[in-house]
Amino acid sequence: MKFAHSPLLSQLVPGWRGRFVLLLLLAGFAALIARSAFLQTINHDYLQQEGESRYSRVVELSATRGRIVDRHGEILAISTPVKSVFAMLRGVSLTPAQTRELARVLGMDVRELTQKLSAERGFVFVKRQIPPDVADRVAAMNLPGIHQQAEYRRYYPVGDVASHVVGFTGTEDIGQEGMELAFDRQLAGKPGSRRVIQDRLGRIVEDVESIRAPVDGRDVVLSIDNRLQYLAHAALKQAIAEHRAKAGGVVVLDVQTGEILALANLPGYNPNSRVKLAGAQLRNRAFTDTFEPGSTLKPFTIAMALDKGRFRSETVVDTRPGRLTIGNATISDAHPHGLLTVAQVIQKSSNVGAAKIAATLAAQEMWQTFDAVGFGTAPRLGFPGEVGGRLRPYRTWKPIEQATMSYGHGISVSLIQLARAYLVFARDGDLPQLSLARLDAAPDEGRRVFSERTAREVRAMLEMAVLPGGTAPKAQIPGYRVAGKTGTSHKLEGGVYADRYVSSFVGFAPVSAPRLIVAVMIDEPSAGQHYGGAVAAPVFAQLMAGALRAQGIAPDAPLKPVQVAGLQEVREGD
Amino acid sequence: MARINALLLLIVLACAVGVVAAQHNWRKLYMELEREQERMRQLEVEWGQLQLEASTWSARGRIEKVARERLGMKPPEPGQILVVEPGARN
Repeated sequence: MKFAHSPLLSQLVPGWRGRFVLLLLLAGFAALIARSAFLQTINHDYLQQEGESRYSRVVELSATRGRIVDRHGEILAISTPVKSVFAMLRGVSLTPAQTRELARVLGMDVRELTQKLSAERGFVFVKRQIPPDVADRVAAMNLPGIHQQAEYRRYYPVGDVASHVVGFTGTEDIGQEGMELAFDRQLAGKPGSRRVIQDRLGRIVEDVESIRAPVDGRDVVLSIDNRLQYLAHAALKQAIAEHRAKAGGVVVLDVQTGEILALANLPGYNPNSRVKLAGAQLRNRAFTDTFEPGSTLKPFTIAMALDKGRFRSETVVDTRPGRLTIGNATISDAHPHGLLTVAQVIQKSSNVGAAKIAATLAAQEMWQTFDAVGFGTAPRLGFPGEVGGRLRPYRTWKPIEQATMSYGHGISVSLIQLARAYLVFARDGDLPQLSLARLDAAPDEGRRVFSERTAREVRAMLEMAVLPGGTAPKAQIPGYRVAGKTGTSHKLEGGVYADRYVSSFVGFAPVSAPRLIVAVMIDEPSAGQHYGGAVAAPVFAQLMAGALRAQGIAPDAPLKPVQVAGLQEVREGD
Repeated sequence: MARINALLLLIVLACAVGVVAAQHNWRKLYMELEREQERMRQLEVEWGQLQLEASTWSARGRIEKVARERLGMKPPEPGQILVVEPGARN
């Protein structure tokens, strides 16, 4: 039977039913349109966001902090990734066995761990900065509520040897001291981020956009030579223990370039474990502490007099009777010396001689020279806390002050300033800038302070000071000609000179063509000796001998080989 | 007309399949790239750790200690050093 002939069709259907169905359908459509309009317009942003959050992620891209290396590329500071374990306490429910196991893996006390996990707060660091292999073991335990976070930790392989130069960073990887602070902008990396699409399993399947590219920090190459730094630190440590001194500092400079090759201070600290750090340990004394240099300043007075042509090195100065009264103050020598040549004033370190020579100079001339060699002005190496020392304006100088300044009292300098000033004698009278960063080429000639002839003459006098008859025969180094000057000064305490001393020695070698300057300062030696020639000069000799050998600088003084047996082997191997 | 339509439909279908295949292939390659980049990062980390380890082993203090104590070495006396001048070769 065909459909058209179905008897059911002949029955009439009431007209309202058709209209009712049509109405229902229209109402359905209207509802759909309204709903889609709502979703597409009013609710659109929210839904779009929700959808994206299902597959789109923003991934943080970490950037590493630059390394600090010495002039030969040896690492002084490096960042390495570590993990920190933290607990979201609401989700933590560990069995006692799991807690014990976690404590064992982390190397923690079980009670300490239990205490941390029972804290009230929602979030607690269980242990910060653990090595990646330990972190992997913790992750493998798959404990509920225990999470990890990637961080960087800064390591200092040489430890306390270079701590004052390198400095350190805080937990947030920001420089806090030393070069870490001075070069923070160069060292710091900028973390980046990018948006990606992930699949069901969390794998990244598509890179949508790079929001910010990460920028790794740049390395900083210091002028420090790790070998000399180690020698300097070791020599200073030994001297401080031997003389039971309160503190000390050593600086090694490259004469040709003005680079700082080594800089050590004691007391120091280990930058890798900075618990119980006191301000005294943190201070980079060579930069931040000033002292009255004492006799180490006499060569400058002499050089001024030579430069003005008023004296020659063989001009005789009468230092009898070893005392000199100016106004109502008296200057005296440790031993009366009688008639001395200008060269002998340096050699014997006569205060009276220096004061008499200074009396022929105008205050302004002296001030200008002290200013020209950098006293009273911070060296501006970018080091935090640099000081300039005290050099009062010449208009306020009284005659007695000018006299005491000629032998280094009534003026204060930092060790780095003193070391730098000696560059004028080690070089031929000019003074270059210092550098804590490695220089690729020797800098241009610095500011000229003395004539070449004056510098050479003072050099010869300084060599006499370490020869027999001088104040520092203990500064001698077999095989090399050295030159230098001792300094011993009383410490000022509350405006009065106390019975405590600062012993210093500044010298350079080899005299025939100076290459290195070593400045030593020992604060409050208290084992009996306090003269610069007895305390600081041996440190100079020990360090300079090691440094000359490490630098491969040829001896310039005749020295008979003790063992000639090795000669044949050398020839054969050549 | 119907033939052309059928042909176009086939071409469209083929293109669609091609697009899907290319997309899939691209994702696979991209994941591989991701894996390699992750490996690169891990190797960089390892390199940093090895550098650190090397510098710890080669610390001056440690070398001096080993040289003095285990190997019984000492710095040469000044007289034991012979300087060979560059011009003095025979």
